[in-house]
Amino acid sequence: MGYLGGFLITAAQHGRRNKVTTEYSGGRGKAKGNVAHDVKIAKPERLHGRHVLNRYEDGMEKCIGCELCAAVCPAKCIHVRGRDNDPENPTSPGERFGWIYEINYLRCIHCDLCVEACPTEAITESKLFEFSFTSRADAVYTKAELLVDDNGMPQKMPWEDWRDGDDLLTSGWMRATAPSGDASFEGVVGWSGELGHGVRTSEPAQPERDGAATAGTRAVGRGNH
Amino acid sequence: MFALDPLLIGDFSLGDLLFVIVKVLIAFVAGLVSTMLMVWFERKVIAGMQNRVGPNKAGPWGILQTLADGIKLFFKEDLIPERSDRFVFKLAPYMAFVPAFMIWCVIPLGGDFRTGHNGVIKIAGKASLAQVSDPPVGILLVLMLSAIAVYGIMLAGWSSGSKYPLLGSVRASAQMVSYEAALGLSLSAVLLVAGTLSTNGIVNAQSDVSRWHIVATGFVPFVIFVIAATAEMNRPPFDLVEAEQELVGGFNTEYSSIRFALFFLAEFMNTVTMSAIIVTLFLGGPQPIAIGKHVLDIPLIPNGIEGFIWFFLKLLIFLYMFVWFRATLPRLRYDQLMDLGWKVLIPLALGWFMLLAALRVARDEGWNRVLVGGVGFAVLAACFMLLNAAHRVSAKNRAEEGAMF
Repeated sequence: MGYLGGFLITAAQHGRRNKVTTEYSGGRGKAKGNVAHDVKIAKPERLHGRHVLNRYEDGMEKCIGCELCAAVCPAKCIHVRGRDNDPENPTSPGERFGWIYEINYLRCIHCDLCVEACPTEAITESKLFEFSFTSRADAVYTKAELLVDDNGMPQKMPWEDWRDGDDLLTSGWMRATAPSGDASFEGVVGWSGELGHGVRTSEPAQPERDGAATAGTRAVGRGNH
Repeated sequence: MFALDPLLIGDFSLGDLLFVIVKVLIAFVAGLVSTMLMVWFERKVIAGMQNRVGPNKAGPWGILQTLADGIKLFFKEDLIPERSDRFVFKLAPYMAFVPAFMIWCVIPLGGDFRTGHNGVIKIAGKASLAQVSDPPVGILLVLMLSAIAVYGIMLAGWSSGSKYPLLGSVRASAQMVSYEAALGLSLSAVLLVAGTLSTNGIVNAQSDVSRWHIVATGFVPFVIFVIAATAEMNRPPFDLVEAEQELVGGFNTEYSSIRFALFFLAEFMNTVTMSAIIVTLFLGGPQPIAIGKHVLDIPLIPNGIEGFIWFFLKLLIFLYMFVWFRATLPRLRYDQLMDLGWKVLIPLALGWFMLLAALRVARDEGWNRVLVGGVGFAVLAACFMLLNAAHRVSAKNRAEEGAMF
């Protein structure tokens, strides 16, 4: 067909059911019978959202104030200052703790590099990404707002739009299959416990996930809490 | 051949004035709405061709997406670069936008073109043409306005005080000026056959499918016109003016807010108006499909309305075609663009024009038309072979000199 062959290829795409687009995670789902029409479709398991600062199961903070997150941040939105622990009443196990911890969400690009850099899994990301603050002061989250509460759940600011499950799988990347892509680590737990959650189990191995996806259950929104 | 709008013959009362104002308003709104729908149509069709969904959130099937985008653009911050020429910078979007709309005024959007009606329809006791105005120089006005639209793009790039817009506008002016020649030459073939410049007269001359200018001029001017029009509108595959990979956004890089919206609107308006011009010139505009005595008549619809429907259906073919071009064809390189324009389209359009002119003379003088046509074709073919040989020799010489192209 020469020059005209391309035209047939493009025209043949009409009406096909092979759309590669998935629905927008924050979009309104089909809310039949729901008066408020405020149901949203499930978000991907490892969505990069608002950060949380985690604590150990005994309530100690995981952050040691090493500033690796601030160093790696490409948007330079993290400000951390560490301080020596009070030996009588330590904030974190070990020598130092994160004394100041601030994230400026006007700058954050949710790349998750801070999460990968953290040596103690202190900072991870929840699935919340709809938090429209109305002032610059609200945009800068301090340690008081980022730290999980006594049940190990993220604190919820009035302007944040939390949905079911957004606050549960806050450390998706860690539960991923294998460190450095080494298949022999698949399913091996290499992380510490969290307040309220204990030691999280690993994500299912790749073949299981693929099998579940083809069996009809969408991989999206499915998780082992 | 030229018939004045019957509304303007005789006394001109206040009621007539109101009628004209209403007509202008309807044409304006129809232009805006069609542009809005064109943007949606293009996004939806191109999404379909690329296995995507396209806009589907605002309104049913995302049909209000353009409206939402427009409102967003209205409320955005309007930036004017410090090094820009402020007056020209502000003027340029209107230079692009106003001609796009004015072309819309001379296109017969509908009307009753059966024998003896000349496109006149009667509304509320008043007889009028279904176009805002029908100047005796209609098609020249179209050419003039599309030439003015070049200034909008050129001045936009020049006044931005920034290098990429300048490069984009230099490309734009060169491209549009060279394709204007091919456009005009293929157009003159139509004018030769129709014997009039008035758009109403051109449509009136195409009462039968065999007299549609796509057939009557022998298809070649139609193809040339479509290609040249695509280049004239800066649509893909000729969108070098705003080649994102090379020139950021092209001539409109420095524009924001409502001024950008005007450029955007003008671009899509041009797509609609150019399609409308193609329909008017080559496919009989609002004429129904008629072969001999058989007229494809839409039942139950009065003849006055039927014209609008035919026009819209024909228009839709070309709107789809331009989107199809965009989805299929990769962008040309700049030298390929210029080669196509100057070495292929302009000589071909000129040769075909002379051939048609020879056939006209043969008809008027009573010569053997088959013989004249055959000789004409032979001369045309010989000329093209000569031209081709000249190109090859010059290409060889340049290759020996070590030039790039």
